Amino acid sequence: MLLKRKDFIQLGSLATASFMVPQFLKAFERGNVVPQGNKVVVILQLSGGNDGLNTVIPYRNDIYYKNRPLLGIEKKSALTLTEEAGLNPALTAFKDLYDDGSLGILNNVGYPNPDRSHFRSMDIWHTASPANEYWNQGWLGRYLDAQCAGCDKPTQAIEIDDVLSLALKGENNKAIAVKNPATLFGTSNEKFFKEVMQKNKHDEHEPVDYLYKTLSETLSSANYIFKQSRVHASKASYPNTDLGNSFKTIASLIFSDINTKVYYVSLGSFDTHVNQQAQQTRLFTEMNDAVKAFVADLKTNNRFEDVLLFSFSEFGRRVAQNASNGTDHGTANNMFFVSGGLQQKGLINSLPSLTDLSEGDLKYSIDFKNVYATVLNKWLNVKDENRILKGNYELLNFI
Amino acid sequence: MADNHFQANKHLVWRAGFGIQPKLMDDFEKQAPKKTFQQMLKSSENGFVSIKTAPDALNEFFADGYKGVGKLNAEERRKLQRLNRDAIRDLNLAWLKQMVNSEAQLREKWALFWHGHFACRSVNIYHQELLLDVIRKNALGKFSTLLHEVSKTAAMLNFLNNQQNRKGHPNENFAREVMELFTLGRGNYTENDIKEAARSFTGWAATPKGEYSFRRALHDNGSKTVFGKTGNYSGEDILDMLLDNPQTAQYLVTKIYRFFVNEIPDKAHIEELSKSFYQSGYNIQKLSEKMFTSGWFYEPRNIGCKIKSPVELLVGIQRNLPMQLNNDEALLQLQRILGQVLFYPPNVAGWPGGQNWIDSSSLMARMRIPKMLADEDVLNVTPKDDDDQMMGIKENKKKQVPAKARGKGINVDIHWEPVVQVFEKVPRNTLLNEMSRYLLQKDSAMPQEAITGYINSADKASFIKSGTIILMCTPEYQMC
Repeated sequence: MLLKRKDFIQLGSLATASFMVPQFLKAFERGNVVPQGNKVVVILQLSGGNDGLNTVIPYRNDIYYKNRPLLGIEKKSALTLTEEAGLNPALTAFKDLYDDGSLGILNNVGYPNPDRSHFRSMDIWHTASPANEYWNQGWLGRYLDAQCAGCDKPTQAIEIDDVLSLALKGENNKAIAVKNPATLFGTSNEKFFKEVMQKNKHDEHEPVDYLYKTLSETLSSANYIFKQSRVHASKASYPNTDLGNSFKTIASLIFSDINTKVYYVSLGSFDTHVNQQAQQTRLFTEMNDAVKAFVADLKTNNRFEDVLLFSFSEFGRRVAQNASNGTDHGTANNMFFVSGGLQQKGLINSLPSLTDLSEGDLKYSIDFKNVYATVLNKWLNVKDENRILKGNYELLNFI
Repeated sequence: MADNHFQANKHLVWRAGFGIQPKLMDDFEKQAPKKTFQQMLKSSENGFVSIKTAPDALNEFFADGYKGVGKLNAEERRKLQRLNRDAIRDLNLAWLKQMVNSEAQLREKWALFWHGHFACRSVNIYHQELLLDVIRKNALGKFSTLLHEVSKTAAMLNFLNNQQNRKGHPNENFAREVMELFTLGRGNYTENDIKEAARSFTGWAATPKGEYSFRRALHDNGSKTVFGKTGNYSGEDILDMLLDNPQTAQYLVTKIYRFFVNEIPDKAHIEELSKSFYQSGYNIQKLSEKMFTSGWFYEPRNIGCKIKSPVELLVGIQRNLPMQLNNDEALLQLQRILGQVLFYPPNVAGWPGGQNWIDSSSLMARMRIPKMLADEDVLNVTPKDDDDQMMGIKENKKKQVPAKARGKGINVDIHWEPVVQVFEKVPRNTLLNEMSRYLLQKDSAMPQEAITGYINSADKASFIKSGTIILMCTPEYQMC
């Protein structure tokens, strides 16, 4: 594994005493291999457009109940945050995090000229492009491009899935998608792939070289990720759901000395046009239980200060419910930040206005690209975040 | 130049069509590529047949036009959505079959190009059918006609919000994309051109069933200033102004060159093609003729240099190795896993193509597909959900994961006879060479040592079968 100089120094200062001891042995020596201070971001994508107004409930606002005669969540069932707002009843673990000072909620996040189609709005969140431009590279892909020119493994960012999202595709570097490290290892361990790799005779200037390069990176990453996932595999108990298993994989990797800085995972579908409550509750329960186990695991292993988990959705939903006890596509939405290292906690800004609307939809007050810039600069220690985001975005103060 | 006729012909049918078939091998050894191209042209001249997949059940909803739709209850509305979605699925599969089996390869390949150029999403099957018709009908005709007709399809007018473009309340989306993506390309117009042109398209609308309708009352009849000229321009006038600008030919030909010839544009060749394209009044057939019969098209640097798109790969496999796929869902799943689903382009800019097709997941899936087809591997990769396709409808889980659920392959009947027949008489010591020559664009690209271990040499037929599958699993097979 080729470490970047910076990472090497980080690891080296801690490992000098046992410099010659192989990493996997070191894992047994200490509770956690990676030194504290090695920051990691976990991004949770709520696909389908999560209804933000039934996530953080403005229970003092009559307009909310007027617009949602059947869907509105009553104050008595919401989990109290402040006098103004409560959490969806399914989010009990988030209420605990809130009380604990480990949850930050940013309200009313969006972007100019919002698009109400799923794929388009998701593209905009993934690429960080203006609404009227079409970019082929994701913001995390460009982060990879900036961070690891010359890296031999694209494992600085990992998506826990079978298929890679646009957010993680850069110009020269693409992250790797892995739902289950053992399965990926099994697939990539196919003898045929290795033989083709070793015995091919093509010239490196030939166009097919890009495929060989990708194959080579895939095989070595799959091997690396699998090994790392077993060095200090999480022993904690997680709910047996897709998301629960994904978070367990992420925790295991965080406890190893893998070079991964960004983890990406999705939950869905939040596209609740019909009978919203049952669907949102089911998904929130899955999210709640998985995050609860994940946070407990991080705390046990003293890594909660170093991990920032944040959630987003491609859009929120309309203020008014529809005729099918659901909600249709809207615009601005809230984002959750979970970490032991937050600078701002609780409700970071004010709740969205339900009177100052644009065609029945919320008007955003914070551009999500400011959030990206903040995460890149303050958490991942990237100083040229403007180049990655292709624009100048002021930093926020939540971390 | 290509070394020989065979290689040149093979190159031609992969680019101007969807790849070589066993039955073409004999002719390809002998005839000049010019002749092959003339044959392809002839096969595409007639035989255009619309593809329609809207079921009768859907027509019932529209007994009195679309007026009734507003009165539907929630359940009826969901049924309507489901019928539409399933019909678009069928349209996808039916067109894919055309690409495999049609003799009009040149037409279908161009149609695929235009399908990506005029990228559009619509949840209405009638609108999709009509747009596909316009594209396939004009695929080899004049781009000017194509542009005018596409601009008046319900699918495009809806997708680009022109239904909301009204006098006094302009919506600029259509005007913007028609300039940025369909004709001039970025940087060749001003924001003011868009603003003014949008006024010319006010009132362009379509009936729910998809017929173009001009709403005179919503049209802005005032004078507009576009590209430095002032007048009461209609939407048609604007399209003609865009066609009058040679930049449109330049922009289109660059895109065409990257799709059909090489991802790396060659300035001189593009210049030469766009001049004649413009002078011919945007005649696509003439452009094809010039491109596919030019000497440079057959230069080694243009052969085997393109990464096949998922559709090219999936169609090409079925042409190289004739087969009957009994599991339609698998074909749709593979499109999703590889990142190209017909009728669901990522956005109005279409599929970015080239290296964008390849990442660790998609590459490994590509290198496993032939084995899945031969029942030696299972489809155990789950594509991401597409919320625009699902529209909040829960997917029928049984249908969704067919291969995995049954723990078997994709359920394919491979028709081995034509392939075995072609190679039967080839002596064993050159057999693998000959098969590489058939399946790969660069004959000598794949070293035999890498694959001989996967070949069953019990008898000749087994050799041919296992060799074909393993050659199709190589990185080289991803190139055309």
